Amino acid sequence: MAETGEELVFELRDVHFSYRDHVALDGLSMSVQRGERLVLLGANGSGKSTLLKLLDGLIFPDRGSIHAFGRKLTAEALADEGLARSFRRRVGFVFQNSDAQLFSASVRDEVAFGPLHLGLEHREVERRVADTLHIMGLEHLADRPPYHLSGGEKKKVALASVLAINPEVLLLDEPTAGLDPKTVGFLERLLNQLAEAGKTVVTATQDLDLAAAIADRLLVLGEDHRRAGEGTPPEVLADRRLLLESNLVHDHPHRHDGREHRHPHSHLEDHGHRHRD
Amino acid sequence: MTAEAPTSLPAWMLETEGGGIAPSGRRRRRGAAERTLDGVARALERSLFSEELAARAGTLQEMDPRLKTVCLAVLLLAALLVRHLPVLAAMYALVLVLAWASLVPLGRFAGRVWLFVPLFTGLIVLPSIFNLFRPGDPLLVLWHFGEGASLGPWQLPAELAVTRQGLQGALLLVTRTAVSVSLVVLLVLTTRWSVLMGALRALRLPRVFVLVLAMTYRYIHLLLGLVTEMHLARLSRTATRLPARRERRLAAAGIGTVLEKSQVLGTEIHEAMISRGYSGEPLTLSTFSLRPADLPPAALMLLSAAAAWGGDRLLG
Ligand SMILES: Nc1ncnc2c1ncn2[C@@H]1O[C@H](COP(=O)(O)OP(=O)(O)O)[C@@H](O)[C@H]1O
Ligand SMILES: [Mg+2]
Repeated sequence: MAETGEELVFELRDVHFSYRDHVALDGLSMSVQRGERLVLLGANGSGKSTLLKLLDGLIFPDRGSIHAFGRKLTAEALADEGLARSFRRRVGFVFQNSDAQLFSASVRDEVAFGPLHLGLEHREVERRVADTLHIMGLEHLADRPPYHLSGGEKKKVALASVLAINPEVLLLDEPTAGLDPKTVGFLERLLNQLAEAGKTVVTATQDLDLAAAIADRLLVLGEDHRRAGEGTPPEVLADRRLLLESNLVHDHPHRHDGREHRHPHSHLEDHGHRHRD
Repeated sequence: MTAEAPTSLPAWMLETEGGGIAPSGRRRRRGAAERTLDGVARALERSLFSEELAARAGTLQEMDPRLKTVCLAVLLLAALLVRHLPVLAAMYALVLVLAWASLVPLGRFAGRVWLFVPLFTGLIVLPSIFNLFRPGDPLLVLWHFGEGASLGPWQLPAELAVTRQGLQGALLLVTRTAVSVSLVVLLVLTTRWSVLMGALRALRLPRVFVLVLAMTYRYIHLLLGLVTEMHLARLSRTATRLPARRERRLAAAGIGTVLEKSQVLGTEIHEAMISRGYSGEPLTLSTFSLRPADLPPAALMLLSAAAAWGGDRLLG
């Protein structure tokens, strides 16, 4: 993985993946450009988490191929320790479930885990842990066990544990699910800052507000586990039919001056009238 | 997956149920199965995962974890070889001194060990104290069968008695187990888990062995979390105590769900570790270094082990 200057970080060709006989991705082709902010939009069960795990080389396609940094990503390739190490240093993954991601005895150990196991010097590890805890505002929790923290704190620790590795590609799985608005705002600013610093940020979500705030490009996964659409945030978010078919907005009746009518509805923007209820 | 809104809600759902929140005067008592599961989960969680003791500035905590592991292992070996009760008793006294010097609360430390060891080991060795299984000098006669009594093809002795040899053997085994368990508990209590794993690797224990230990620890933690969570989820849904049979059935179903969930989550934890570069080699930030201050406690432990073994030999 020593190549530099490739424009494509990931390239997927006709990727299929099933859990036993349960299809999760059905023939997906896509690519991720270096430095872009890509959001994967899709309803529950559309295959977003599966796709991110494929990109992180944790699972491998049944059919089709994935190239990362111009090299084919396979179990055999990652069995090579040197290659695995350089890949893991370049790609960081923040899991949807923070409990899965937090397994160390203290927040400090948790943040140190990645840099240590990826072979950084102890001095450097300590410096990174201190800096990361500082920017995430976690210093006061450094010696607490991560599993006793609140949901928002856990998410921050999970993010810190990946940021300390300083990967050039960040994969995030529903990072704002269950967080309070203040933490969500913090996260959005942080992700945009990282992107400005040249990192590639791939985020899976079904939250249209988040998508509008942190994406250069949206890729919509349909409930049939295939690509349903793609485009810039204004293009995709204006395409009500696409959003409706992909189950990202729902259609519900309103009453206006005694008359009932239906129209697609999301909480993205005010649609010009007030609900009575 | 499209969540269709129901066209109309059933009538009962439109009603507002219950009035205020008046006490009924009856208390909800927790059933045995529920209490046990939750209690065990929390006790384990506290003793295994709170690293509060390991962070105290006691004698064993301050020692180089590699040296500490070796010294306690040598003591453990001595405890396994010794065959005289007084020698084992002396070793236990040393264990208590070490615990005290390491600021471990003695009451709880000794209490737990002496509660559980006789319970488990005791049950196994109990039969061997009677002359039914192993002849010996009778200490306490419980029953006279009379000469030539038999139970089917089995020739019974004239009387049922507790024997001196049987009792000694049983006491020896129980004490030996208690001393051994105490030594291991002392090591775990006074060493942060990640440091202990690192020390075991530094002592050239096979990587796969340490990996299994480390993963087991994470799984236990995971299981405990799930048990507690499910317990809370149930508590919020059940107001009265269920009949014992249903309660047991619920507990059994609960265990099934816990195992299933833990497997899914366990896979994710493993993936999360791999994603951050784990390849089976535990690493910690703490660097190990021997210090002069480590020598006195190490010498005490090693010499005690030698003395116990030598003294035992002298006693015959
Ligand atoms: N470990 C698993 N075993 C079996 N099926 C799974 C597993 N993980 C996900 N699935 C199924 O695969 C499909 C895609 O899941 P996932 O990638 O988690 O979707 P998303 O993250 O978009 O909600 C879903 O239908 C889900 O039920
Ligand atoms: Mg998901």
